[in-house]
Amino acid sequence: MSDFDLKVREEDGVIVLNTNGYLNNFGGEAIASVCLQKISEGKRKFLVNLEKTEMVNSIGASILIEVIEELQGVNGKIGYCNLAPIVEKTFNIMGISKYAKIHTNEEEGLADLSS
Amino acid sequence: MATENPKVELTLPVLQDMELVATKTAEVVANRMGLDEMKTAEISMALIEACINAFEHSKSNNNVYIHYIIDGDTLIIKVGDSGVGFDQEVVEIPNIDEKLKSDRKRGWGIKLMKELMDTVEFESTAGGTTVTMTKTKK
Repeated sequence: MSDFDLKVREEDGVIVLNTNGYLNNFGGEAIASVCLQKISEGKRKFLVNLEKTEMVNSIGASILIEVIEELQGVNGKIGYCNLAPIVEKTFNIMGISKYAKIHTNEEEGLADLSS
Repeated sequence: MATENPKVELTLPVLQDMELVATKTAEVVANRMGLDEMKTAEISMALIEACINAFEHSKSNNNVYIHYIIDGDTLIIKVGDSGVGFDQEVVEIPNIDEKLKSDRKRGWGIKLMKELMDTVEFESTAGGTTVTMTKTKK
């Protein structure tokens, strides 16, 4: 089984999730679990930094759609940053980038989400 | 030593994340062909989806077979399983707007394969499915 790590912190009212490893079903569930917990605590802004995730699969990415759906229900927002070109292309094909802004880096994402 | 249409064969057990073994082999073959980084990543992503489909949808615990064939400037990849097969005609093309309203968020594999590779063809019978994908260096 591939390793997948998630580091979570809060900055300027934004929950920042830094991933490390292959974003498969386990990775997607780990992200969703944190987001759903934070949403239940009243948090509404999320930034997922995928700098250390070179590859995703469609099952992991599908779970990210669940997070988008959940955030739509509470007027929340999620963004992604530092995507490998193939991950960005995958998000574009799936339409995830239609509902979650893709940022070049964490600074840009934080500036957008915390404004 | 030159070989006409050199072929690499891989057998994968149906185990979590075995698709990553397939991508490592694809990277070596693509590098041998001089494919650029993005094309190699597209092949890897499409291969991940083909393997996941074979693992999950074949309803079989048998192995999955992958053939990488170098045909000039074209890489041909065949992913075969010995599951129960599927009917292409009933596979819906996913759409994010509909998925957001649906309980079923999955079902993106075939769309991704078709968008990422030059050609994708399925041969499916009651005895199994083989997907053949190609990517040309150009």
